[in-house]
Amino acid sequence: MITDLNKIFDSRIRLGIMSALVVNDTINFNDLKEVLQITDGNLASHLKTLDEAKYITVNKGFIGRKTNTVYKITKLGSKAFAAHIAALEKMINNLK
Amino acid sequence: MNTESQDSLAALNDIKRIMNQSSRFISLSGLSGIAAGVCALIGCWLAHPYIVGQKNYIINQQLNLPQALKQDFTIIFNTYLFYIAMGTLLAALILAYVFTYFKSKKDGSKLWGNTALRLLFNLALPLFVGFLFILKLISLGAIGLIMPSILIFYGLALTSSSKYTLGEIKYLGYIQIVLGLANMLMVGYGLYFAAFGFGVMHIVYGVIMWYKYEQKVTE
Repeated sequence: MITDLNKIFDSRIRLGIMSALVVNDTINFNDLKEVLQITDGNLASHLKTLDEAKYITVNKGFIGRKTNTVYKITKLGSKAFAAHIAALEKMINNLK
Repeated sequence: MNTESQDSLAALNDIKRIMNQSSRFISLSGLSGIAAGVCALIGCWLAHPYIVGQKNYIINQQLNLPQALKQDFTIIFNTYLFYIAMGTLLAALILAYVFTYFKSKKDGSKLWGNTALRLLFNLALPLFVGFLFILKLISLGAIGLIMPSILIFYGLALTSSSKYTLGEIKYLGYIQIVLGLANMLMVGYGLYFAAFGFGVMHIVYGVIMWYKYEQKVTE
């Protein structure tokens, strides 16, 4: 049963990033930072892990002169997230 | 419960909190609802003598309103009722903004984020369509259908935006839609439906929301 849990989501922050992406079409770096209340460097490294796993796509853009990087969840990412939640729920129900 | 399942539960709670926080505008204060309701009741009280009493609808003129509107619908902008309605709306919006501003300050959340813009867009779309529809009704002199339409379109705006703010607002939306449809069957009682829908129900909604989400914070 433990194997149902996704290693990538062991980190609460990565799980948090995915939670925000699931309910938003796209979300930018600053909004993610505000919701998760973590530092730039910390957030960036977790985003990199998720990007490498192909769970999210990164789109670097500009608003005026400011960079505006937006993130979007991939199909693979949604599937993995849903499976992870199902595994969490199963654990709670079985071990109650 | 053992630690593993407690961890899972904590993780699920985290997920839920982040989903809400990142997609919903949660600073909408219950006090905003109460203030809007009070404004609506005052507006209805001001409008009462024009609708039920014998006062002139049109400023400085004695004309039959539906007849006059069919000839020139811009005459609506020259009625006491129009100014009462606009004054009420403006007062309600300003007060709603003020209370929500203070709540966002207290919560430490941004007032003008993406969640606020998304909420405003989803409110604005049904309201704008409703506005065009009501202008057409006015030009046909169908003044009895104005209030039912306002209630229906406002109710649709609330239900359609409930995904972007505190979800309970959809119940307020359902009530406004039902009131609008009922008013459609009882044309001529718009003032009372407005007083109940915009006045009483906003106050009830505001009080419930305040008790549910804000009182705990003050304690």
